[in-house]
Amino acid sequence: MSDKYITEINAAGREVLKEINGEEHIPFKGVGKLKATGRKAAPPIRSCVDYPSNGDKRVPSILEALKKAGLKDGMTISTHHHLRNGDYVGNMVFDAAAELGAKDLRWFPSASFPVHSPIIKHLDNGVIHHIEGSMNGPLGDYASKGKMRGTGILRSHGGRYQAVQDGDVHIDIAVISAPASDFFGNANGVRGKAACGLLGFALADSQYADRVIIVTDNLEPFPCIPWQIQGNNVDFVVEVDSIGDPQKIISGTTQLTKSPDRLLIAEMAVKFAAEAGLIKEGFSFQAGAGGTSLAFTVFLRDFMRKNKVKASFIRGGSTQYITSMLEEGLTGFILDGQTFDLEGVRSMRENPTHQDTSPFTSYNFHGKGNFASMLDMVALGATEIDLDFNANVVTHSDGRLLHGIGGWQNCLFGKTVILPVPLFRDRIPVIVDKVTTLTGPGELIDVVVTERGIAINPKRKDLIKAVSGSNLPIRSIQELKDEAEKISGAKPDKPQFGDKVIAAIKWVDGTIIDIVKQVKA
Amino acid sequence: MSSNEFSSGSKGERVRSDCYVRIKITKKNGIDLSVKSKVDVLYGRSIKELVLKILDFYQIKNCEIEIDDKGALPFVIMARMEAVIRGLGLDGGRQYLPPWNYEVKKSSRDRFRRSRLYLPGDQPKLFINAAIHRPDGIILDLEDSVSPVSKDTARLIVRNALRSVDFMNSERMVRINQLPLGLKDIEEIVPQKTDLILLPKIETADQIRQVELKIDEIRKKENISGEVFLMPIIESALGIINAFNIASSSKNIVALAIGLEDYTADIGTKRTNEGKESFFARSMIVNAAKAAGIQAIDTVFSDVSDMEGLKASVLEAKSLGFNGKGCIHPRQIQVVHEGFAPAADEIAKAKKIVKAFEHAEKMGLGVVSLGSKMIDPPVVKRALQTIDLALREGLLGKEWREDNE
Repeated sequence: MSDKYITEINAAGREVLKEINGEEHIPFKGVGKLKATGRKAAPPIRSCVDYPSNGDKRVPSILEALKKAGLKDGMTISTHHHLRNGDYVGNMVFDAAAELGAKDLRWFPSASFPVHSPIIKHLDNGVIHHIEGSMNGPLGDYASKGKMRGTGILRSHGGRYQAVQDGDVHIDIAVISAPASDFFGNANGVRGKAACGLLGFALADSQYADRVIIVTDNLEPFPCIPWQIQGNNVDFVVEVDSIGDPQKIISGTTQLTKSPDRLLIAEMAVKFAAEAGLIKEGFSFQAGAGGTSLAFTVFLRDFMRKNKVKASFIRGGSTQYITSMLEEGLTGFILDGQTFDLEGVRSMRENPTHQDTSPFTSYNFHGKGNFASMLDMVALGATEIDLDFNANVVTHSDGRLLHGIGGWQNCLFGKTVILPVPLFRDRIPVIVDKVTTLTGPGELIDVVVTERGIAINPKRKDLIKAVSGSNLPIRSIQELKDEAEKISGAKPDKPQFGDKVIAAIKWVDGTIIDIVKQVKA
Repeated sequence: MSSNEFSSGSKGERVRSDCYVRIKITKKNGIDLSVKSKVDVLYGRSIKELVLKILDFYQIKNCEIEIDDKGALPFVIMARMEAVIRGLGLDGGRQYLPPWNYEVKKSSRDRFRRSRLYLPGDQPKLFINAAIHRPDGIILDLEDSVSPVSKDTARLIVRNALRSVDFMNSERMVRINQLPLGLKDIEEIVPQKTDLILLPKIETADQIRQVELKIDEIRKKENISGEVFLMPIIESALGIINAFNIASSSKNIVALAIGLEDYTADIGTKRTNEGKESFFARSMIVNAAKAAGIQAIDTVFSDVSDMEGLKASVLEAKSLGFNGKGCIHPRQIQVVHEGFAPAADEIAKAKKIVKAFEHAEKMGLGVVSLGSKMIDPPVVKRALQTIDLALREGLLGKEWREDNE
């Protein structure tokens, strides 16, 4: 690597940066090896006398709110992805910051979406120095080409909470878009035309940022309950015409796949879980959106119905599929971290057993436990998996940064982690010698289910034993890789990278597990 | 397009695992190759190498060539390259064949043909994973699902796929075009270890003889020892009336199928879900096939979203005496297999018969008997098939002989 970087080989054998954007970072030490010490960060103490005694914290515009919040060059501004690809607020905030002449800001979103591609102009014109958060689509492409001045940092949802709580990232101004809020700043996501379910990703920001701004298009009379965000943490409330496009707030990933191959993979994953004895009365699992994950949930539901098995709780992104499971009694609870469709929003509003959660409750590694590690079974995606079961979710095989980590790393702490993936996409094998970017260590990944066979991590002797004698196509991961390469017709070339490090990938404990370099044009 | 230019395939966002190839012959300046690929970083170099190798094979020295690739496998690129070169008449009668990638197991006359999955011959993206859905047969279709302009390329894609794609345990079937175009199809696909050829719109035994003559000619020329099975599809009133003649016209015919879309049009009626209008024709097919000692295969069920309807249709086909059904979507396969799976009482009976048969064999007895009843060889054969099906469908454990039932 070029000498302008201070690097170290981490415990996963990856050469990573020790210094990023002028700040020190710790290389990955191994799963569970680094214990946190010290005390949590804390926001400044405020006095109620400095706030309107009638509780009305409204200011006329985002620009005015940023000004009152003391926006300065180099500050860290956070926004959230509750409104997903329908979000208007992220762009509005940086347009206002640009108007105020701010420079060199750090954008700290919980995730970015293609809707945020206008941010590129603020990266170009110096308003934003760099992004710390997932960079999807056009922003990932922009960063991959080495165009961003600073180095991006990607964290899991739990890792983001950890970073804020530990003070690794100090948020100067948090801007939280709220589908429903009162003038005091009590806010939730269950009502309003931009209803998105919950606001859990903004919890840390509301607790730890210096200043907190609520932006809403649905001002309700005080008190707005439930208060997923507590007004007592909020400085200003801004009313705007619209915070997002309801059509796009609903995730594009909630359509059940029609691909017969993906359906087959999901079906095989459920068969595996059944044969391995993972689907039993009172079990729990993580449900996701996205074609194969959704199909996994649907086949699991069908199996549970047929065999009269009830889950104690389902964690995860809620969709009509799991809310119907709740309502027909196939699960006792939904612990919801992100609501993917309107049925999910309705159910959260109506069902007391459909509980909103946050990265604090579900994923935080520096907490007194979290829900993810209690899950019996988790099915997740990956762009690449290697012979040591290491997986990549952030870059494509051609080296481009294209996805965020989301809750993926955090869910690896579930008791059995299954990755149902196709053996290849287009012509590109998913199982490779070595993942392009390490996002999850293989020691936490138990089973890879592909359309041409199932590979079990050799360290899970219990699973190997449990399914021996079944008619499942159990194969070694090497065999699967060889088959993928044979089908693809030629050994793929390796992507060529430039010298510039465009992003660092954090592990759940705040250490650096890998880095991403600029792709050669 | 001018006479020195030819293209194959299509561009656009929807194209997947396929490519577009355009060639324009020029007078000088060598080869001007432009490759745009969705998988450029990983495979761009190998695609270029392959294209240049093919041009060299056909001794094309000066041309403009454009490849728009969406992750096509080499056998597809080869087929589309050969198609454009043939299109310009520059192939010199030479084929550019991909290597044999997999060992091909031979089929057998009596194998199960419960499900056969139709795949349009010019849609290679559907070939690659077809076998993982475990249909008894995979039909690479050159007939109705391929438009006239794509026929020539589809024939080459199918030919190459037979050498390159792993069809696993599925029987390798090709539906050729009606004669005389079908004869061209036979030339390309018979040398590629095709197990079975589906013959569309057959009305007379004479058509079968024409096909057989052509197949024999190719087999002699290419020195092919194995047999090529035939499955005529009857799709007209005349075909139905001649069904037994057709079924018994060749020892290579292993099954007789019915195609109802064309048949109902031919008799001047509409196809309904109840199927009264085709009851006679379907019964004729079953009777003609059984009289000729071959399998009777039902038409496809075309509503891919109606799994309940498919299930009912399969059960009805089974009750009429059919041995199989056509599938147009992989998700239909399992439903078809479940439909043709033997019922519990059939399995119980088959177990007794097979046990008695094995006992007789062990004792060296000439006749199989169950209690005081003698069992004919066809009944034993049927019982063996029932056990085989039950094992495949997981309705019977491998150790079923140890059951004390």
